[in-house]
Amino acid sequence: MDRRRFLEITSLMLAGGTSALASAREAQAESAPIRIGLLAPLTGVVAAGGKEIVNGFTMFWDSIGNQVGGRKVEIIVEDDASNPDTALQKARRLVEQGKVDMLFGNLLANTGLAVANYVKGNGEPYFIPVIAADTLTQGGRIPNVIRAGGYTASQFSRPLADWALKQGYKKVATVSQDYTFGHEQCGGFAQTFTEGGGEILLQLWHPLNTSDFSPYLGQLSSLGVDAIFAMETGADSARLIQQYTNFGLKGQIPLLGAQNATDQSVIRTMGAECEGIVTSAQFAEGADLPATQAFVKAYSAKFGKIPSLYAFSHYVGAMWVAKAIETIGGKVDDRKLFLETVLKTDLPNSPLGKPVHFDAYGNPVYDVFIRKVVKNADGKYWNVPVDTYPQVSQFWKYDPATYMKQPAYSRDFQGIKKR
Amino acid sequence: MNQTLLQLLNGLTFAALLFIVASGFTLIFGLLRIVNLAHGALYLFGGLVGYTAATATGSYVLGILAAMAVVALLGLVIDAGLLRFVRGNELRQVLLTLGIAFILNDLVLVLWGGDTYTVPIPDMLRGAARFGHIFYPKYRLFVLALGVAIFGLLWLLLNRTRLGALIRAGVDDPEMVEAMGINIRRVFLGTFMLGAALAGLGGVVGGAFLTLYPSADAEILVFSLAVVIIGGRGSLAGAAVGALLVGLLNSFGQVWFPELSYFVIFGPMALILAFRPLGLFGRAT
Repeated sequence: MDRRRFLEITSLMLAGGTSALASAREAQAESAPIRIGLLAPLTGVVAAGGKEIVNGFTMFWDSIGNQVGGRKVEIIVEDDASNPDTALQKARRLVEQGKVDMLFGNLLANTGLAVANYVKGNGEPYFIPVIAADTLTQGGRIPNVIRAGGYTASQFSRPLADWALKQGYKKVATVSQDYTFGHEQCGGFAQTFTEGGGEILLQLWHPLNTSDFSPYLGQLSSLGVDAIFAMETGADSARLIQQYTNFGLKGQIPLLGAQNATDQSVIRTMGAECEGIVTSAQFAEGADLPATQAFVKAYSAKFGKIPSLYAFSHYVGAMWVAKAIETIGGKVDDRKLFLETVLKTDLPNSPLGKPVHFDAYGNPVYDVFIRKVVKNADGKYWNVPVDTYPQVSQFWKYDPATYMKQPAYSRDFQGIKKR
Repeated sequence: MNQTLLQLLNGLTFAALLFIVASGFTLIFGLLRIVNLAHGALYLFGGLVGYTAATATGSYVLGILAAMAVVALLGLVIDAGLLRFVRGNELRQVLLTLGIAFILNDLVLVLWGGDTYTVPIPDMLRGAARFGHIFYPKYRLFVLALGVAIFGLLWLLLNRTRLGALIRAGVDDPEMVEAMGINIRRVFLGTFMLGAALAGLGGVVGGAFLTLYPSADAEILVFSLAVVIIGGRGSLAGAAVGALLVGLLNSFGQVWFPELSYFVIFGPMALILAFRPLGLFGRAT
């Protein structure tokens, strides 16, 4: 065999070989496991929440035997270290080396935005049950980023403002962490409250991780307001609630809060000082709904604590996406079909206890509970619904197109209606 | 008027806590010449030990004692078990304490998870005391009193006891003290344990109103650094004045210049560093 002939044969064989390999891979794709990359902060400031993300997420997949649409499910967990750079780097690795079919997770807005920006370029499906930045499902929408199980920051504070007006509160002050999530949650409240005839007397913004709230509480106590709206997360929330009681404000001025303020991650280590605070959310762990109680019981039995927002929203997000995968028979490789199907999928019987569906922008429409913290039969504090606002979308009662023309919420723009 | 009085009290009570934590920091810094970057971690660890002990026994005082004892023991291990190998090399000592801080913080995550804890306080100290028209939390007044008491005790210790004389001499000239036949190592060790115990005490006292959570260590460490840099290392009076300045700036700054709430603390610190690099009460050695 001369040299030319050798080259011909080998190249033929190589060509045939690769195409054979390719078709084999295609056939295998249907039966190979669906690979899901889960990004969660397992170290850093919000590590406790990150652990619960993993717990809630894997608990769902375990409950269906890690199998959906005729394919096995493989979950690869990566630590985003509560840091946007790390989150981006881990997302890259999952997509480019790990060849995952979709990404899930992240807790802090800056980590989520870093990953969202990355998947904008490559179309990788990315589900965000916790990341709440308004813009992601409004003006700055990315079609392959879907808020399965999550919510936009200003979505739930609007029904709470409406409820506050119904209680006869006329004058309210807000205290909030000074970053986008806070601006948006406060903005939703301030806009609805003032448009309904209420008045916002003072808005206080403090840096994240404020150890001492006494200067703020000092100002709030002498204003003569009917209620105070607090937008706090994590340790800031625990401290505010604690110091609110110590300053004798509890019982004097009703305290309203955004969802995170009385999340289980905050109140599970607290005592009576958190009792009676009213917040709003798509989930209330104390709701007397069979699906909710079944989930809360199973989760508590497995992990020894009542599920927090991080746990339940990832459980629900996983359930939602799994239902869509089932519908298309496991064909997640067809991204267009997959994403379209997710958006069309309704979730009638999740732990949320009420049916939910997506709006046209990839954000869920929920029945929103107005919740109050009370002590349960086991002596633990949890959130119990006192009122429900059915079918609340991220646009409240506004027309989406008109709404998206107003500026994004910030310290300077809170949508406050002047009188 | 009431507002100003309220903010003044807020500043003073926060300063009292800062003093308790920073006095331990400045003792170690002054004598051992090392910036103990694990001081914040000792604060957090002590606070959580105190939380666990106080919840288990129902006694706040037992919580404080347990925290101080455990953290003093930790101090013993750190000083006698680790720092002695890098004695004399300041950079290595500082890096070592930083490493210890990381390890302690991870240990905290493993042992207590990352939830936020509040040390339970006695019923006696719950609720608010009333002065004229203003309500003020009793517990914070207790912290103020405790800060003053700790200042008094430390002053007596440093100025009226033999150990205090040794510590003061060691701050000024450790070689000379050793040359006089005194075992300065033992003084070092005692001081380190005392400083650590003060961090543990601060953890329990602060943990009852500032709460304990991952990263609480870094925050208190930064405040302590500011206090010691303003006050001058190794000086008790300096720590007291530094704590008062930082506490009051923090409280009034947040009200008067809410946008600049960090700057009002660290701006003056930078100025003092520029014009009095040794701090208000620091002396060249």
